[in-house]
Amino acid sequence: MMRDLPDQIETWFSARGWTIHPHQRDMLERAPDPATLLIAPTGGGKTMAGFLPTLAELAAHGHDGLHTIYVSPLKALAADIKRNLTRPVEDMGLAIRIEDRTGDTSYSAKRRQRADPPHILLTTPESLALLISYEDAPRIFAGLQRIVIDEIHALADSKRGDQLMLALSRVQALAPGLRRVGLSATVDDPDAIARLMARHPDRCEIVQADPGPDPDISMLNTDQAPPWAGGGAAYAIPAVLEQVKRHKTTLIFHNTRAQAEIFFHKLWLQNDEGLPIGIHHGSLSRAQREKVEQAMVAGDLRAIICTGSLDLGIDWGDVDLVIQVGAPKNVKRLIQRIGRANHRYNAPSKALLVPANRFEVVECVAALEAAKAHDLDGEPRGPGPLDVLCQHILIAACAGPFDADALFAEVTSAGAYATLTRADFDTCLEFCATGGYALRAYDRWQRLQQRADGMWQLRDPRAAALIRQNIGTIQDTDTLKVRMKGRGGAPLGEVEEGFAASLTPGDTFLIGGQVVRYESLREMTVEVSRNRGREPKVAVFNGTKFATSTQLSQRILAMFAQPDWPQLPAHTADWLALQRQVSRLPQAGRLLIETFPHEGRDYLCAYGFAGRNAQATLGLILTKRMEEMALDPLGFVATDYATLIWGLERVTDPTPLFDRAALREGLETWLAGNAVMKRTFRASATIAGLIQRSFQGQRKSGRQATFSSDILYDTLAKYDPDHLMLRITRDEAMRGLVDFGRIEDMLDRIDGRIDHIRLDRLSPLSAPLFLEPGRVPVQGAGQERLLAEETERLLTEAGLA
Amino acid sequence: MQAPAPSSGYPFTLAGQTLLALGSGALWWPDRRLLCVSDLHLGKSERFARRGGAPLPPYETRDTLMRLHRDIEDYQPGIVVCLGDSFDDTAAAQGLDDEDRLWITRLQAGRRWVWIEGNHDPGPVDLGGTHLAELPQPPLCFRHIADPAQSGEISGHYHPKAAIRTRVRTISRPCFLIDGDRVILPAFGTYTGGLRSSDAVLDTLMRPEALAVLTGPTPRPMPMPR
Repeated sequence: MMRDLPDQIETWFSARGWTIHPHQRDMLERAPDPATLLIAPTGGGKTMAGFLPTLAELAAHGHDGLHTIYVSPLKALAADIKRNLTRPVEDMGLAIRIEDRTGDTSYSAKRRQRADPPHILLTTPESLALLISYEDAPRIFAGLQRIVIDEIHALADSKRGDQLMLALSRVQALAPGLRRVGLSATVDDPDAIARLMARHPDRCEIVQADPGPDPDISMLNTDQAPPWAGGGAAYAIPAVLEQVKRHKTTLIFHNTRAQAEIFFHKLWLQNDEGLPIGIHHGSLSRAQREKVEQAMVAGDLRAIICTGSLDLGIDWGDVDLVIQVGAPKNVKRLIQRIGRANHRYNAPSKALLVPANRFEVVECVAALEAAKAHDLDGEPRGPGPLDVLCQHILIAACAGPFDADALFAEVTSAGAYATLTRADFDTCLEFCATGGYALRAYDRWQRLQQRADGMWQLRDPRAAALIRQNIGTIQDTDTLKVRMKGRGGAPLGEVEEGFAASLTPGDTFLIGGQVVRYESLREMTVEVSRNRGREPKVAVFNGTKFATSTQLSQRILAMFAQPDWPQLPAHTADWLALQRQVSRLPQAGRLLIETFPHEGRDYLCAYGFAGRNAQATLGLILTKRMEEMALDPLGFVATDYATLIWGLERVTDPTPLFDRAALREGLETWLAGNAVMKRTFRASATIAGLIQRSFQGQRKSGRQATFSSDILYDTLAKYDPDHLMLRITRDEAMRGLVDFGRIEDMLDRIDGRIDHIRLDRLSPLSAPLFLEPGRVPVQGAGQERLLAEETERLLTEAGLA
Repeated sequence: MQAPAPSSGYPFTLAGQTLLALGSGALWWPDRRLLCVSDLHLGKSERFARRGGAPLPPYETRDTLMRLHRDIEDYQPGIVVCLGDSFDDTAAAQGLDDEDRLWITRLQAGRRWVWIEGNHDPGPVDLGGTHLAELPQPPLCFRHIADPAQSGEISGHYHPKAAIRTRVRTISRPCFLIDGDRVILPAFGTYTGGLRSSDAVLDTLMRPEALAVLTGPTPRPMPMPR
């Protein structure tokens, strides 16, 4: 059966000489289905495919109140879509009201939208969660027909997606006829996304648009070989500049903000022709970013150095080259990044990879091969996280009294929570109500109370405002604004609080591509002055370092098994051949361990290929075990593929070190006081509503009146170690920063097959680890000793000793 | 269980009196057998929940009392001075459970106990001990908030902390601020944050040669970071 489009829409298409894409037609056909997922490349009219059924229905029958909600991961994208949709709707002469509602929407506009909702509301997961928290939610959502979730692949990997699906379960209860549509870029496992977005156990059909031609990706050839270690890729700047000259507009992606800043700084020193090149990342001030965005759209820039902040959506004008600096770590992200930058449908996107060091050459080639083979990587996400569920329960309470059985039924209709047990749900409910502490507390001051009729409600209605202010799952680390010293000094961006605390006046650092000098900290602002031409003393703020995916690691190991490497540049192939000659190359299904002396110390190098986070965790646990065995370890360093440990004693038999039970036990003791755990706890406790980012409208300033989440963590660990929040923290850390899961996977893979090679000197493959930054000294009484040293030095210097 | 080692002290003189800044954050005046702690903020989690905030782990009162108990065991003071903001508010003092009240009574047995009033707990509490606006103990005087015009003064209120950059990492700890006129005590309570010593208000209060003594297993003196 072919559905006819209303005349206005047909006319509009034909007036432009356009035909409807097959996948857009498909989406119209499937309009009555409860859930549909469209997989289409950027530029393929994906958004129009999502909206056509809405326009058709509204043109044919009209509608009172809200008809369609569109959710996107970015505020900017919602605003963009509003412009791009309003135009054709006006041209078609349709009487459809389209409005956006995000964190940027004014208070009065938001109030009006609640009283009189538009036909189409464009919003974000957080704004939707806020909407369902209002008492009048049933009235707002009554009659809602469709929800369109854009860039759903970007949400599916995160707690924002979990929150969105929980909100949808609520909306679906208020509007039982609701149909769901997801729009996604190419992904490894469309079924997984379909399961997440459909109401459990509804079916969700998947529509695949023509993916267009494969991207044209290759490795950038440079005259100079990449260095042995490091992440800057400064060696490649002349070749990168050459590419920028040859193309119209180039996006140059970096894995971290710090690397983007350093690269930008060095590139400008070599940019003799003064090519207009800008920088864009999430730590820059909004004004700075907007300036770059406008220049980009106007076509005034030849290149932009950027990070993931440019990853999504927005129309970037005519980008004809994407350069990825540093190994991509994850093939799926690489492909999506390249695909999104290219907005010319049916023209192949062009991309170049720039390895930052010798090992990354191998990684880049492995990623290229994976991309050619359409072998995308994805880690299964596991069940819906409980911290997000806690927040959802609090949101439900804001909207009015609720019945626990009904809420449980709703929650388990969200794919990620389909397997949630009633016991876990009740634990979360108890946490929201009383904190769920072993010590019976807050009998009088419960946050949620059960009424005589069994319904749950907020004890103090004032709590609703507080809960609403803290809705969301995005963790903005505490940051401080940076601005130029002096009256009305220009804002430059933000740095993490921890980085600011490490500065002393006179230190220089990079921000927004310039070297600045730290002057002082005033209230919540870092004041700096200009410092032209000097090398920055301190690198820059931290950035997230992604671990290389399991699939990519396996490809590298498979490549190591080749007899020779025609696909690698000679410098890298020779390096691997030398490693094979003096030691051996790591193999899949085995663990290679080298031990050797070097400059008076004994080294152990374990090639686990478990990714950066897991290798670092391995380093911490192994050194702890070595300390117990009197092997006097002094420190370690970890990369995506290996952990290098140094100490005073030679390890003669490493096998017992890798005993699973012992590693696990080491993990348990080590985790208790660990900074990674505290960071994870802070994030989860904030989402679950135990820590409030915002109190009575004021952002916590982390000063005298407040205390750090570390104190809460320590207190819970001491007095209530089985508490829900610690359980959540542990689960999160195991998957995230601690990544013990990948250590266990590695142990499964090697199944006791450990190859111990004793060498009399360092091996070619271990050599780069000696140059790797981020060495971790083994602590003990170390911290107190450092403190003693430094305080005494300062006292002597001040003449006070 | 192993008996806790007495927290060691950093000795200094104020108005001719020898005092010890203890690693726990308490102050010990050996000649008068006087132990002073500031800003206990007992009942903070209860106050937070009462006002519609999140139900924080309700363990801070027992944790704070546990640490105070330890110092009292170690030093056997004849007088204990709580330097204000001992309770997060007056209702929090009333909201303490029976176990904690009993614990405080046991700590008070056989010694003089003074509650100095603070901005959080201005009124008297129905627990044993004397309630005072300030306590003169010539040549020293104990009050909650420092008075820039006074000398020989022991106060709290600001929850001072200081950060020090070592060659490996920056370490931040609650600290005593000490100069020839006064001592400002760190907050002793478990749920308390800190104010950097570089903050303008502390910078103005303290003389240029002031020391910061960082709390911890061993108290560490350093020039006060400005």
